[in-house]
Amino acid sequence: MKQNEDQSALPVIEISNSKGWAALNLGELVHYRDLFFFLVWRNIKVLYAQTILGFMWAILNPVILIAIFTVIFGKVAKVPTGDTPYLLFVTVAMVPWTYMSEAMMASSQSLVSDQSILGKVYFPRLIYPFTPILAKLVDFAIAISIIVVIMIYYGVAPTWNLLLLPLFILLMIIVPLGVGLWLSALAIRYRDVKFAMGFFIRMAMYSAPIVYSAVTIPEAYRFFYSLNPIVAVTEGYRSTLLGLPFEWQYIIPGAIVAVLILVSGAFYFKKMERIFVDVI
Amino acid sequence: MNPELSIKVDDVHKIYRLGVKEQSNDSIASSVMGFLRSPVKNYQKYRSLYNFSDTDSTDKSILRALNGVSFEVKPGEVLGIIGANGAGKSTLLKVLSRITVPTKGTLSIRGRVSSLLEVGTGFHPELTGRENIYLNGTILGMKKKEIDTRFDEIVEFSGVEQFLETPVKRYSSGMRVRLAFSVAAHLDPEILIIDEVLAVGDAEFQRKCLEKMESVGEEGKTVLFVSHSMPAITRMCSRVILLNAGRVIDDGTATEVVNSYMARDGDIAIRDWKNRPDSAPSGSGCRLWSVSVRNEQGEVSQVVDIRQPAYVQFEYEIFKAGVVPSISFSLINAEGLNICLVLEDDEQWKNHPRENGRYITRAKIPGNFLAEGTLWVNTSMWVTMPKRERQWWERNVVAFNVVDTLKGDSARGAWMNDLPGFIRPKLKWETDMIEKIENAVC
Repeated sequence: MKQNEDQSALPVIEISNSKGWAALNLGELVHYRDLFFFLVWRNIKVLYAQTILGFMWAILNPVILIAIFTVIFGKVAKVPTGDTPYLLFVTVAMVPWTYMSEAMMASSQSLVSDQSILGKVYFPRLIYPFTPILAKLVDFAIAISIIVVIMIYYGVAPTWNLLLLPLFILLMIIVPLGVGLWLSALAIRYRDVKFAMGFFIRMAMYSAPIVYSAVTIPEAYRFFYSLNPIVAVTEGYRSTLLGLPFEWQYIIPGAIVAVLILVSGAFYFKKMERIFVDVI
Repeated sequence: MNPELSIKVDDVHKIYRLGVKEQSNDSIASSVMGFLRSPVKNYQKYRSLYNFSDTDSTDKSILRALNGVSFEVKPGEVLGIIGANGAGKSTLLKVLSRITVPTKGTLSIRGRVSSLLEVGTGFHPELTGRENIYLNGTILGMKKKEIDTRFDEIVEFSGVEQFLETPVKRYSSGMRVRLAFSVAAHLDPEILIIDEVLAVGDAEFQRKCLEKMESVGEEGKTVLFVSHSMPAITRMCSRVILLNAGRVIDDGTATEVVNSYMARDGDIAIRDWKNRPDSAPSGSGCRLWSVSVRNEQGEVSQVVDIRQPAYVQFEYEIFKAGVVPSISFSLINAEGLNICLVLEDDEQWKNHPRENGRYITRAKIPGNFLAEGTLWVNTSMWVTMPKRERQWWERNVVAFNVVDTLKGDSARGAWMNDLPGFIRPKLKWETDMIEKIENAVC
């Protein structure tokens, strides 16, 4: 009798091929938080395994890009950046962009690269694209030191604007997560995504005011331009870190689009997840 | 779902798409056209992998891996699943462990499910043994706290204490498998799915694993066990279902279903080379024509009643007069152990040079001698005169299955549960009362 009571207290899982849009079931993610933690931790631990420089690569990569862009766009092409020195201008945008681009790439390939686990064990599939988004934050945290050093070099003091930084860090996480949800669900079926990723990332970079200033965009196109969430992140970082006035007309539309991509991506991913294993 | 059930599978179907041969091009022009059209074709091909809305029963490019499977499992039941390769066993387990979703039908599962479909899932070569225990444990469904409390047990069970801080990529493959299995063996789900994981590690480790498996069954957990080893199935499972072509075709006690599965075709009990003499095993003076296992009536029989004698029969030809042949055979059980090696011992023909001709030699295995299970026959033939020379040595030529129909008159008597051991002799027992005690002190 006791055993029967215990039995009926256990949760019952129903499995069937429900067509249409599935519920997100975020509660299940909480239940699997230990696994989530260890997968994130594995990604961090394994990334620089058997390297000499280790986490110094997290600094070296953006530093080299910043150096290249400072020489080409700052010194040679002399891109106008207002009163801000070009090096400072590009650094505050390049560090979050490095995070976003790497997180997008890793997240979109997450299902494909972990397909050996995908085909053998069940846990909420949402964890796959989520994991690299969190793991790459370690690199980002390390790369922040570049911004600090450059700001000290130019003697830029933090302003009250800095209080809004967490908001833009959140936005910086939402953008690659939304893209990662969409692209990972696509990439497991069509591996074309992997080959398209290279120019997609490059296009995304030049579509945002990372190496140039948004001021140069003609008035007529500003609204379309502002729909790009990367523009919002870049402008937000410049304003919070350098104490420049907030360009809300660039930030709000981009942030709304970022949330739309995230929500639609999550539902698309859930709709597609039941066929992932069958199409590996 | 009915609260008395642990698993309910209701009319589950699973359809897969088979690969279709691509048409080849025979001219440059058509190749170019084919190349240009390939994106559209590829898109349709990859889309069709999961889109079955347009399929009907005549579509040749689909595989019905599960075709209307229904069954129920009660809590604490140890259910065996058997069937030939391609019968749908693995697909069924994949659906039950939620790896893939059924195309049609519903499954209800009560409680946590862990599957040992593949031990060591998620092992990362760059991580140390300790780190992999945590990673693999959480992947298989444990919480960090549960791993903390069982960590020492897991390590001890695996026997890799010294290498705990070494990256797994420097482990030997045996060590890796042992560590992986130890993690899996310490899972604590309500429902455990096991798919032939017992064949890992050395003999000592296998023994540990078998003990662990049996204790899981005794703890009252629901276990689904897939195996090709019939003795393992009959030993562990209270109930067995037999799958064929994606359907459940038999469902009953282990002995019943295993017998009907083993008896489905009789040709495994006879091997015959008469139609292809070139491949017949032969040596300098003898050629083997056939080997068979027969019952008392002389019929080829794969299923042998434990109480009845069985005959291992050899038909062969002597083509070099004057040789003195001697046949021997071994009985190998399902675990690969050699039960016995038997040498020909026949007063009439012993040390007797033979004339050219065909001969039939058979050995009688008495009833109430071998234990239940599948036995494979290895055979060899030596001639001892004029010089000692081997004529053939053939492994696993035929097989037969010793069954006990539980009528009560075999050596097991009224005992219905599993009996260990390789032989099951019916011994003569005697008891004498040596003193009668009145007013016994309790």
